[in-house]
Amino acid sequence: MEVIIENLPLYWEGLLRTLFLSAVSGIIALVVGTLLAAARVSPVAALRGFSTVYVEVLRNTPLTIAFFFAAIVLPRLGVTFQQFEVAAIIALSAYTAAFIAEAVRSGVNSVPIGQAEAARSIGMKFGQVLSLIVLPQALRTVIPPLINILIALVKNSSVAGAFFVLELFGYGRQMANANGDQVMAVLLGVAFFYLLLTVPLGILASTVERKVAIAR
Amino acid sequence: MTSVLYDVPGPKARRISLIGSVVGTVLILGLLAWIVMTLAQQGIFEGRRWAIFTRGDVWTLLGNGIGATLSAAAIAAVIAFPLGLMLCLLRISLVAWIRIPTRVVLEFLRGMPVVLMMLFVLLVFGTSSFIAVIAGLVLYNAAIFAEIIRAGIQSLPKGQREAGLTIGLTSFQSRMLIELPQAVRRMMPSLVAQLVVLLKDTSLGYIVAYGELLRAVQVMADFLGNAFLFPIFFVAAAIYIAINICVSRIAVWIERRGSSKTAGGVAKAPTAVVAPELPDATERK
Repeated sequence: MEVIIENLPLYWEGLLRTLFLSAVSGIIALVVGTLLAAARVSPVAALRGFSTVYVEVLRNTPLTIAFFFAAIVLPRLGVTFQQFEVAAIIALSAYTAAFIAEAVRSGVNSVPIGQAEAARSIGMKFGQVLSLIVLPQALRTVIPPLINILIALVKNSSVAGAFFVLELFGYGRQMANANGDQVMAVLLGVAFFYLLLTVPLGILASTVERKVAIAR
Repeated sequence: MTSVLYDVPGPKARRISLIGSVVGTVLILGLLAWIVMTLAQQGIFEGRRWAIFTRGDVWTLLGNGIGATLSAAAIAAVIAFPLGLMLCLLRISLVAWIRIPTRVVLEFLRGMPVVLMMLFVLLVFGTSSFIAVIAGLVLYNAAIFAEIIRAGIQSLPKGQREAGLTIGLTSFQSRMLIELPQAVRRMMPSLVAQLVVLLKDTSLGYIVAYGELLRAVQVMADFLGNAFLFPIFFVAAAIYIAINICVSRIAVWIERRGSSKTAGGVAKAPTAVVAPELPDATERK
C-alpha cells in the first residue's frame, strides 16, 4: 500500500499523460472519422472507395501493428518527430478514426429516410442535407457507441506505454520494475487509476443512452 | 438510405462526379507513388532486401509466429466462452449476493486494458508469457462474452422464460434449455466480431514478450540487421491483416445467413445499440 502513496506523483503524472493522449487522439479521430463517414455516403465513387478500404484495413489491423508502423515506417517517409508521443497520437487516432467512421455511418443509416427526403424536397443540396439534417440526428443516436469507442481508446492508449511513451501503463511498468517485491500493489494501483477514467465514462454512456436518445 | 441523400445523377452531375472520382483517384495514387518513391530512394525495394523471403528459415520463423498467434487466440477463445456463459448466468442470478459481486467483477474486467492484465499475471504470478497472454485474453473476453449473452437473453420475448417456468422447469433449467440457446444464436454476429477483437489482441503479447508474429518480426530484424526490418514487417502486417479480414468476412457471412435462417433473426451488436424503441415519440417531449 505504501508503495502507491509513495509513488502518487508518478501515478498522477501518468494519469494526466494518458488523459492527454486520449483527449488529443480522440478529438482528431472524431473529426477524421466523421469526414470518413461522410465520404462513405458521398456521391463521388473515389471517396467512397477510399473510405471503405481505409475503414476495412484499419479495423482489421492490430493496434500494435499501427504503432509499429507509426514508429518505424513513418520516420522513413521523412515524417520525423522529436517525441514518441506524436507517433502514439498518429497511431491511436488513425486506428480509432476507422471505428468512429463505422459508428457514424451506422448512425446515418439509422436516420429515417423521410428526414433526408424532406430536406431534399425543400431544395437542400447533398452537403446541406448531410450537415444540417442527417448528421446532427445521426450524432445523437451514435453518442453511446461513440463513448464506448472513447473508453476503448483510453484503454488502448496503454499500448503506447510499450512504445517508450511514459503514460499510466508506462509508469506502471517502470514502478513494477523498481519495486520488485510489491508488484501486485503497484499494478493494482495502475488498475485503479484506469478505472477512475473508464468507469465514469461508462456510466456517462449509459446515462446518455437513456436521456439524449431520440425517441422514434 | 445512401441514394436518398442526393439526386439520381443527371448527365452534368455524372460528369462532375466522374471528374471528382478521377481527381480523387489521381490524388490518392499520387500519394501512394510519393510514398513508394521515397521508400525506393532509401533502397527499400532492392532485390537484396526482399531476397530473404526465398530462405526457408525466414518462413519457418514467420510460420512459428503465426502458429503462436493463432494458438493463443484459439485456446483463449475456447476457455473464455464457457467462462463467459457462467459469468452471464451469475450476473443475471435471482440472488442479489451473487448478482451484485459478479456485476462489480465484470465492470472491473471490462474497464481494464488487456495489456495491464497480461502484465499483472506475468509479474504477480510469475507465469510464462504464454500463460500470461492467455489469462489476460480470457479474463477480458469472458467479461465481454458475458455482457453480449446477457444482452441476448434480455432481448428475448418474456414469454419464453414464462413458458419454461409454466411447464415446470426450474429457473436454472429454463435458462439453460430455453433462453441461452436462443440468446447465443441471436448474438452470433457479435460473438464472432468479438473473436476478431480477441485475435487482434493477441498482438499485445508482443509487449509481454510472447513469441507471436510481431515478436518473430522483431527477432528476425535484430538477427538479420535493421535493413530487413521493413520487408519482414510489411509481410507480417499483410499476413495479420489478411487473417483478420477473413475472420471478419466470416462474421458478416454468419450475420447474413443467420438473419435468413434463424427464427426471429439475429440481433444487432450491443455496442451499436441505437435508442431503445419507445411506444410514442411525442410522449417524451
